[in-house]
Amino acid sequence: MLSVAIEKKLQTPRTPSFQLEITEVFPPGFTVLFGPSGAGKSTVLDCIAGLLKPDQGRIALGEQVFFDHTTVVNLPAQRRGVGYVFQSLALFPHLSVEENIAYGMGGIAPEQRAIRIERITAGFHIGGLKSRKPPELSGGEKQRVALARSVITEPRVLLLDEPLTGLESGLRQAIQKDLREWNEEKRIPIIYVTHHQDEVNAIGERVVMMANGRVQKSGTPQEVLASPPTVALAQAIGFENLLAARVLEERDSDGVIRVLLEGDENCQLEVPLSSAKPGDTIHVAIRAGDILIASQLPNGLSARNVFRGTIEAMEEQGTLVRVKINAGAPFIAHVTPSAARSLQLTVGSVVWLVIKTHSCHTVTPR
Amino acid sequence: MNVDALLLSLRLATIVSVSLLIIALPLAYWLAFSSWPGKFLLDSLVALPLVLPPTVLGFYALIALGPRGVVGKFWQALFGHSLAFTFPGLVLASMLYSLPFAVQPLVTSFESLDRRLLDASAILGASPTRSFFRIILPLAWPGVITALVLSFAHTLGEFGVVLMVGGDLAGVTRTVSIDIYDRVQALDYSGAHETALLLLVISFVVLSAVYGMNRRVWSLWRAR
Repeated sequence: MLSVAIEKKLQTPRTPSFQLEITEVFPPGFTVLFGPSGAGKSTVLDCIAGLLKPDQGRIALGEQVFFDHTTVVNLPAQRRGVGYVFQSLALFPHLSVEENIAYGMGGIAPEQRAIRIERITAGFHIGGLKSRKPPELSGGEKQRVALARSVITEPRVLLLDEPLTGLESGLRQAIQKDLREWNEEKRIPIIYVTHHQDEVNAIGERVVMMANGRVQKSGTPQEVLASPPTVALAQAIGFENLLAARVLEERDSDGVIRVLLEGDENCQLEVPLSSAKPGDTIHVAIRAGDILIASQLPNGLSARNVFRGTIEAMEEQGTLVRVKINAGAPFIAHVTPSAARSLQLTVGSVVWLVIKTHSCHTVTPR
Repeated sequence: MNVDALLLSLRLATIVSVSLLIIALPLAYWLAFSSWPGKFLLDSLVALPLVLPPTVLGFYALIALGPRGVVGKFWQALFGHSLAFTFPGLVLASMLYSLPFAVQPLVTSFESLDRRLLDASAILGASPTRSFFRIILPLAWPGVITALVLSFAHTLGEFGVVLMVGGDLAGVTRTVSIDIYDRVQALDYSGAHETALLLLVISFVVLSAVYGMNRRVWSLWRAR
């Protein structure tokens, strides 16, 4: 159990007055630290690792205090027993893969060392690369080596700062599986930083969502991702549609409110009840994948929000087609390429958008 | 040609560049990694020999090394003679004179290292000393070579400081550049030419050997 309760002021050219304030307990297992870039995720990891000194507060792993401002404890990084994989990986370019992996095994007898290197390189599928140097490795191989180098030291906390960024999803899932298997026997706290929503779903047992140096929400991925509390966060999580709207009326008995989207007098939406009052301006966040497209006016639907619109642009992105529709307000919808073909969607087509009330998330700006 | 003077110069340059490296490594480490706000003062102090006329530097060195100077007094108490106009005195003054040529390439190469590599080293349990020998030094190797060669070459060619501190004692402090000067003064142009040409060739060979070994190293000044 890693408990972190710290404050840290940082001054960088990009953020002249950044204040980090976090109080969070990280249990054994995966915790995804999630949020837009600049939220302070890496700063938290640097403080836990001992690379940055917090201004206030306390960091402790079980009984062992890493940092305590009041009792002036600040354990140096090399004595914290933390594993940390940086976003840049930071493999030592002049050392071979084997030397990189063995770097942190100073206190271990040579024959024991060889056995463990053998086991870990096999486990991470890099057994054949041991004599290579980092510049000769592919991106995925480097990431596996960096992971192996961290976990072989038997860390008591593992910090992973976007370690799988830039990998294609198949490879990413394979490495995530290796990591998960490795942690099944260790059960140490693993903090996994990412700003990709799909990684949150794939990895997280718990999610801690950060923005502007503060924790916004924590819980299971479903709880945290379901409704974002701020506009900035909604954008970060990947709500492709974020529309400003004015609240028209509350219908408490139906549990909904009616809102008018900015930009069009006729574009009204029914969204779930929130704290917003009539006259308030709010944002409505809708995932592109939650919008259905129909080529004809549908009838007999439970969905309450149906709009007529025109396709303004289409863009194929791998396994989905991103469709931009003008329905008074601009909407982005995702459909599969085969659906796009069978509905004969092209730029200029007239379509109907169908959106369930509970696919609309209200975001009240601060 | 004065072989004695040439050998003396080579001996001086070797001793100076090697001892300077030993001093410059920790100094450059501190200059590169310390976060002390007054660091710029030491930066300036180290760079001072670059802008001072060698005679000014040599003058103060002579006073310091002389029987009434701080260093000279100490030396005299230990060995019974003054440092001025001796080979050890010449070594000390030359080290002062060539200090920036050893320190600055090292600082440049230390500063250009990826800090995350040092973080990674610490995270993996390495002490700062271990990080220095396993990560910093191997990766900053071109800077070390540059520091050695520059301070060697700079010492080999110095004139003003040597004349001020060492005088012109044959076999003791008469270096090759002083020898050339003496010959020109005596109108022995062919003798001066022989020695000058040899110095030119040696310098060129040393420099091109280093250039050839590593083409990236020649960044004497800090990239800031």
